[in-house]
Amino acid sequence: MINVTIDGIKTSVPEGSTILKAAESIGVKIPTLCNHPDQAVKGNCRVCVCEVEGSRLLSAACVMPVWEGMAVKTRTPKVVEARKTILELILSNHPQDCLNCIRNQNCELQTLAEEYFIRDNPFSQKTRGMAKDYSTPALFRDPDKCILCRRCVEACSVVQSVNALGLDQRGHHAMVVPTMGWDLIDSPCVMCGQCIHACPVGAIGEVEEIDRLLAAIADPDTVVVTQIAPAVRVAIGEEVGLATGDMPMDVFAAGLRQIGFDYVLHTNFTADLTILEEGNELLKRLQEGGTLPMFTSCSPGWINFCETFYPDLLDNLSTCKSPQQMFGALAKTYWAEKSNIDPAKIYSVSIMPCTAKKYECSRPEMNDSGFRDVDLVLTTREIGRLFRMSGIDFDKLAGSHFDSWMGAYTGAAVIFGASGGVMEAALRTVYEVVTGQTLENVNFEVTRGIQGIKEAEVDLNGTVVKVAIANGLSNARQLMDEVRAGTSPYHFIEIMACPGGCIGGGGQPITKSNAKRVERINQIYVEDEACEIRKSHENPEVKAIYEEFLHEPLGHQSHHLLHTHYTAKNKKVL
Amino acid sequence: MAEEMRIVLRNYGKIDPLNIDEYIAAGGYKALEKAKGMNQIDLIEEVKKSNLRGRGGAGFNCGQKWFFANQANADQKYVVCNADEGEPGTYKDRLIMQGDPQSVLEGMAVCAYAIGANKGFIYCRGEYPYVVDILNQAIDQAKAKGVLGDFDIEVRMGAGAYVCGEETALIESIEGHRGEPRFKPPFPGVEGLWGKPTIINNVETFANIPVIVEKGADWYASIGAPSYPGTKVLTLTGDINNKTFFEVPTSTTIKEVVYELGGGVAGGKKFKAVQIGGTSGGFIPESLLDTTISFDAMSAIGATLGSGAVFVMDETRDMVDVVSKITKFFEHESCGKCAPCREGTARMNELVGKIKGGQGSSADITLLKKLGGVMSIACLCGLGQAAPAPVLTTLGHFAADYEDKLV
Repeated sequence: MINVTIDGIKTSVPEGSTILKAAESIGVKIPTLCNHPDQAVKGNCRVCVCEVEGSRLLSAACVMPVWEGMAVKTRTPKVVEARKTILELILSNHPQDCLNCIRNQNCELQTLAEEYFIRDNPFSQKTRGMAKDYSTPALFRDPDKCILCRRCVEACSVVQSVNALGLDQRGHHAMVVPTMGWDLIDSPCVMCGQCIHACPVGAIGEVEEIDRLLAAIADPDTVVVTQIAPAVRVAIGEEVGLATGDMPMDVFAAGLRQIGFDYVLHTNFTADLTILEEGNELLKRLQEGGTLPMFTSCSPGWINFCETFYPDLLDNLSTCKSPQQMFGALAKTYWAEKSNIDPAKIYSVSIMPCTAKKYECSRPEMNDSGFRDVDLVLTTREIGRLFRMSGIDFDKLAGSHFDSWMGAYTGAAVIFGASGGVMEAALRTVYEVVTGQTLENVNFEVTRGIQGIKEAEVDLNGTVVKVAIANGLSNARQLMDEVRAGTSPYHFIEIMACPGGCIGGGGQPITKSNAKRVERINQIYVEDEACEIRKSHENPEVKAIYEEFLHEPLGHQSHHLLHTHYTAKNKKVL
Repeated sequence: MAEEMRIVLRNYGKIDPLNIDEYIAAGGYKALEKAKGMNQIDLIEEVKKSNLRGRGGAGFNCGQKWFFANQANADQKYVVCNADEGEPGTYKDRLIMQGDPQSVLEGMAVCAYAIGANKGFIYCRGEYPYVVDILNQAIDQAKAKGVLGDFDIEVRMGAGAYVCGEETALIESIEGHRGEPRFKPPFPGVEGLWGKPTIINNVETFANIPVIVEKGADWYASIGAPSYPGTKVLTLTGDINNKTFFEVPTSTTIKEVVYELGGGVAGGKKFKAVQIGGTSGGFIPESLLDTTISFDAMSAIGATLGSGAVFVMDETRDMVDVVSKITKFFEHESCGKCAPCREGTARMNELVGKIKGGQGSSADITLLKKLGGVMSIACLCGLGQAAPAPVLTTLGHFAADYEDKLV
C-alpha cells in the first residue's frame, strides 16, 4: 500500500493507483471528461489536473500514479483556474447549442460547465463548421460537437474491433472521422451504437424518428402496432427517473397506450418463436451434417459485422430472422388476420434497445409480409423522450395487459436481453425436445454474465454439444477467427454485438459504465425467475401459431416469413 | 576571449565521413572496445560521473537514464537516437551526422552494451533525406567492418511533424502510429518502444559518449559549467554577423557567443533580444546576457538551453511580429491530443494576431498571460508546456512592443 495525502486527508491506496482512484476512495471528486471507467486512460482533456507537492507542472489525476508520501491538492486556486481555462477553451470550440442537442441535460461537458460556473467565456466562439453526417439510417455524427476525447474511437476499435472511427489531421484541425474521412455509411461501421454510449457529448447519436410515430398516431386510418424488445423494460425506467428494472411490464404497456399506440404486443413472443425455429435448425444441422458451428442471428450489429468482416462464414449464420423481423412479418399476416385488420393499414413500430435495428428494418429483403415488415424502429431513449414529453406519471398509472396473439411470452424470451440468454433459452427447449425429459432446473448459470466469452458443454442424450457465447465484437472476432481457421470446437455460438448483450445496446439509456450493464443483466434474471412459464415451447400463443398458421418449425410458412439470407457487404476494410 | 572547444565536432571537416577507415584511424571505435572491456555497471557509473546531461533539451543525467534501462528486466531493449532535429534555426545534429556519423553509431553501441540492447534505431528528421543516405552508408560500413558486433541499427524517417522530436511521440511514430506523445510515467527507460525498455538520446549526446569513455568522466566533468559540463554546439541565426556554428564549453556566456564568436549584431545596429534553444525558447533581453550557456543558468532566468539555437534580433525587430510567427508555428505543430495545447495554441495565435493587427486590448494581454500560464503547467507534453514561453517572456521583457499596439 502507498501512503498519500489528498487535500490534507491521509490515506493508503494500492500500488499503481492513480490520483483519481485514490481521491475517489476517500470521497474527493475530481472532474473528468476523457476518462471512461471501462476504457484505457487517455489523459488528453486535462480537466482532472491537480497540484502535486514539489512539482512545477500540474498532474492529470486520471493517469498519474501515486507514490509514497505524495501530497496532492485538488482544489487550489491554481487548479481551479487551469480547469476553468481548459473548459473555456473546449467550450469556445463547441457549438453553444445545448437546447437543440440530443444530449441536453445528459452531457458531461454541460455538467462541467455548470459546476465550474462558466459564464462569460473570454475566448471567442469559433466552431469548425463541419457538416453533420446523416448517411446511415441508424446513427448520425455531428463532428462540430466532438471534443476529441477519443472514447468513441476506443469503443469502435478496441471494444468492437470495427475500426470505423479514427483520427485525422492534427492540432486544432484534428478530428474524429470515419475510415479515410468517408461518410459513416461507407466505412465498415456496423451501427451498433457503442460510440454513442462512449461519447460524453452530443457528437454521435441515434437518428431520431419520433415525428414519424406521432404522424402515424395522428392518422385515423392507421393502426399503430408496437412490439417491445426483451431488453427495453429493465432500462426504460432509467429514462423517467426510476431505478433500473423498476418499471413493471404492465405499467410500461399502459404508458405506451397513453402515447397512442393502438395495440401493444411483444417481441418476446417472437423471441420464443425464434427458439423453436433456431433450436430446430440447430438440431437439423447436427443431424444432417449442416454447416457448424451455427451462429445466432438476433443481433443486427453482429449480422453487419459478419457480412462485413467474415463474408466467408455467412453459411454458419442461422437463417432465422431476428425476433424483430419475425414479428414484423407475422404482424401483417397472421396477427392481422386473427385481429381482422387490413394489413395495409398497419403501421408496425418496434421499440428496441438497438440502433442497428433501424438499419435492419430497412433491409430490402425485409418485406415478406407483402408490405414493409417493420415500418419504424424507436430506441429505448426515444421512447423515454416520448414518455417525458407526454408527462406520464408512472407512479399513478394502472397497468395494462398486452394484446392477444402475439403478446404472451416466457422467461426464456425475457433473457434474450442479456448475453447468453438466447443460448440458455435454446438449451431449455432443445434439451427437452431431444431428451423427451422435463428439465427441472432451467437455470444455466454458466451462460450468464458480462464476461466477453463464455463456453459450456451440454449432454443431450449422449451427444455432447459444445457452445460458446460472445458479447462485444472484439470477443466475437476471437471466436470467428477460430472458426475461419478451422480450430473452433463449438457447435453453436451466440453472438451479441454489444457488451453485456442487448441490455447494453446502442439505443439504451446512455450507459456510463459496464457496472450499469451488470445491473440491467441482474434485473433480466429477476424478471425471468418471476415468469410462470420459462421455456419457449410452452408459450401458449407460440403453440397456437404453430397449430393454426405455421404448422411446424422450419416448415413452408416459416421458411417464407421467418427465415432470411445474408449478403457480403463488400466494404473496404482497412 | 571565448574560444571554441570541439568534442562532438572533433572529426568535423577532418575526416571523410563516408570512410570508416578514416574514423578508425582518428581513434574511432577504441572507446567501444574499451567500454566492452568494462563491467556494464562500471561503464554506466563512469557516464553518470561525467555528469553528461541530455543534449536534446531536457537535460537529464545520461548515465542515470541508462541505469534505469540497465536495471529493467526485459527480453528485449532498444537504443534510439533522436535525430528528429525539428527546432527552427537548429542544425547541430545534422552537422554531426554529416561530418562524423560513425561517432553517433559508436555512442549508440556503447549504450547498447551498457543496457543490454541488440537493436537500435535512428529516427531522422524527414527533411534530411541526404543525411539518411549518409547514415545508411555509415551503418553498412560499420556492419561490414564488424565493429558493432551483434548490435543492429536501422534508420527510420520522420514525416515532418515537429512533435515527433518529443521522445514518446517519436516512439509512437516508429511503431507506426500517429506521432503523439504518451503520458509519462512510465518513462521509455522502463517501457518504451513496443513496451520495452528504451534509451532515447539525442545525436549530440551520443556523439559525446566515445570521448567520455576514452578520456574518462573526470576529464569531461571538468569542462564548462560544473552542473552541466562539457560543450554545447550552438547554431547562430538572425541579425548577427557570423551566421554559423560553434562548439563551446558550457561556461561560455551568451554575451561572449553573441559579441565575440558571433561578431555582434549585424549592420551596426543595436541588440534587442536573443532567443535560445529553438522556437519554444524564452526571449532574453540585453540585461541577462551574462548568463552562461548551461542548462541550469538558463532555467534560472526563465529561458531554456534547448537545442542550442541562438536567434539574435536587432533593435528594429518588433517582438509582437516575431512572436506571431512563433504562435503560428505552434498552432500548426500541435498534435491535437490534449485539449489545452490543441485549443490553446490556436487561441494564442489568434490573440497575438489580434494585438499585432491593432485590434487588441489590455484584456487580451491579461487573457494571454492566463492562457500561457495554464498551458505551461497543464499541457500533456513539452510542446504545449513550452509553447507559451516566447509569448510570456516577451510580455515580460518587451511589454512596450505589445502595449504600443493596443486599442
